[in-house]
Amino acid sequence: MRTWFFTETAWPYLPDEYDSIRVTLPNRHYDPHIGAELYHRYLDEWLHAEQMGLDLMLNEHHQTATCLDPAAPIMLGVLARQTSRARLLLLGNPIANRRQPVRVAEEMAMVDNLARGRIEVGFVRGVPYEISAANASPLRMSERFWEAHDLILKAWTTHDGPFSWEGRFFHHRQVNIWPRPYQQPHPPVWITALSTASVPAVAEKGYVVATFLTGFDIAKKIFDSYRETAARLGRETPSDRLAYAALVYTGDTDEEGQAGARKLMWYVHANKVPPQFVMPPGYVPVEAEAQAMRKGSVYDFSRLTLEQAMAQGIVFAGSPDSVFRQIKSHYEHVGGYGHLLLMGQAGFLDHRETVIGIDRFAREVYPRMRELA
Amino acid sequence: MASLGIVDGKITVRGLELEVVHRGEGPLLLLLHGAGGIDPRAEFLDLLARHFEVVAPSHPGFGNSPLPDLFDSVDDLAYVYLDLLEQFDLREVTLAGFSLGGWIAAEVAMRSAHRLSRLILVGPVGIKAGDRETRDIPDIFALPPDEVLRLVYHDPRKGAVDYAAMSDERLRIIARNRQSLALYTWEPYMHNPKLRYRLGRLKLPVLLLRGASDGLVSRQYIEAYRAAIPGARLETIAEAGHAPQIEQPRALVERMLAFARETAVKEGRP
Repeated sequence: MRTWFFTETAWPYLPDEYDSIRVTLPNRHYDPHIGAELYHRYLDEWLHAEQMGLDLMLNEHHQTATCLDPAAPIMLGVLARQTSRARLLLLGNPIANRRQPVRVAEEMAMVDNLARGRIEVGFVRGVPYEISAANASPLRMSERFWEAHDLILKAWTTHDGPFSWEGRFFHHRQVNIWPRPYQQPHPPVWITALSTASVPAVAEKGYVVATFLTGFDIAKKIFDSYRETAARLGRETPSDRLAYAALVYTGDTDEEGQAGARKLMWYVHANKVPPQFVMPPGYVPVEAEAQAMRKGSVYDFSRLTLEQAMAQGIVFAGSPDSVFRQIKSHYEHVGGYGHLLLMGQAGFLDHRETVIGIDRFAREVYPRMRELA
Repeated sequence: MASLGIVDGKITVRGLELEVVHRGEGPLLLLLHGAGGIDPRAEFLDLLARHFEVVAPSHPGFGNSPLPDLFDSVDDLAYVYLDLLEQFDLREVTLAGFSLGGWIAAEVAMRSAHRLSRLILVGPVGIKAGDRETRDIPDIFALPPDEVLRLVYHDPRKGAVDYAAMSDERLRIIARNRQSLALYTWEPYMHNPKLRYRLGRLKLPVLLLRGASDGLVSRQYIEAYRAAIPGARLETIAEAGHAPQIEQPRALVERMLAFARETAVKEGRP
């Protein structure tokens, strides 16, 4: 099993009161002098994780204090130059929200060259609150996502001069990207899933499906759906096609590990978003939207305790032995996976604590993960 | 009544089966609903039906009308109603549109008005009035639901809804209407950048109506609408917001009727 160190590069210094951490929080709450230091600190933590033998993952969000990386290809470019061994996963490019898929193809191809073929490219639909930041229509997103995907793949794999694209959502008459990707025919592709609805399409293409914080039951449904689709097509599902993301903190003792994890829970608790951004019209099918109107906000984790999050398989925390046992129990429940996306920094977990958490995991948990599978 | 081939509350326009409210006798009134769809129980429909033969379809994607996969803009809707007028050879039609329906009605009339006798636009959206940094219509998709209520109604209590107590079917229609509204109006938001210029083509009698407390369509905005249409008249309905048909149905219908009578006399029609 591969483990990918991930930090969402948060701005943790929130005002006492705010209506929404997403979309509308004024950036006067961001101090560029402190922020610049944070960027360098987060990069240092990725570099440290590479030193400790982990691969690296980064993501992208917009107009939010939860993630200071609205242009992830730029951060990826820095890491491509500053690392030498780790594979680098951008999970991912919000391609239903980007106006120019060909530009995405160019960015990923260029950075794959910089990294001499160590890039893994994620495509994500994006959480609902990304809609406002991108001014993208929440309607027919899935169709737009797959058209963008098809255009990017064709741009990566066409080497005999320009082709033309006159699709429903994207038009481009002379597509002929320079450079082409370093990896042939193209970098590995990952796609995220929050439910089983989108999984068969990912499985049919043989891409990696990744699921974030979906715990024991939904992660199992997602992985089962992938395996069933592959089986229907007469294919095996190697475990490296499946990835799970959790908040992880490893201490010397359970108390220490859980104290670190309690700081990571900032990520869950600070994510305050009002209903109009959680449920933009058309982000989910009509029936689901109707039920959400009845129930109110569906993304309210503000009261989730660490104990509950650990019981649900969203957080793995404690001593090295405890962390290993929690991962093993989740791994076995969901039928196994080949990638752990380890969110090991969030909120006010400081640099020293983050590095110690990485070190303990890398030295005392990671080697034992070979026992799995 | 005009022969519209309506069966089981459905009118078929070029193969598209639209849900439709059809009642009353008199001159034809084609009524294009706004973002909330059409509620057949609404009092103003009965008031109108005393004087007009009212034809009020649910737009494709609203109510129970199907949404063709190809559709994604207000001009798709305008062509549906141009088709309807032509297919049933309707003439001397009063075309009335509310909010989004006002925009559709304007797009219909701008393309072809020869089957229309007059146009009535109630709190219409659709034009760009202010500069690029002035959002003409508040971003209802980014506002808290109670704030939207406050903008839409003179008396927000009239618009308050209890989703928890609603039937699954009613809730499904509300969600569907909301999704279709976003599909048609997302970008450019609630307008066609060229509509204001093209409205200069209109030569038929046009009445613009605005609820005095309308928080979505401002006084300034509807003044710009009026200025864009040669000879258009603008009237205000007191103690009403964006939906005078709900808050002041009698006052609204009186204005529509008065305008119809006045323009009929002017043109020497019965």
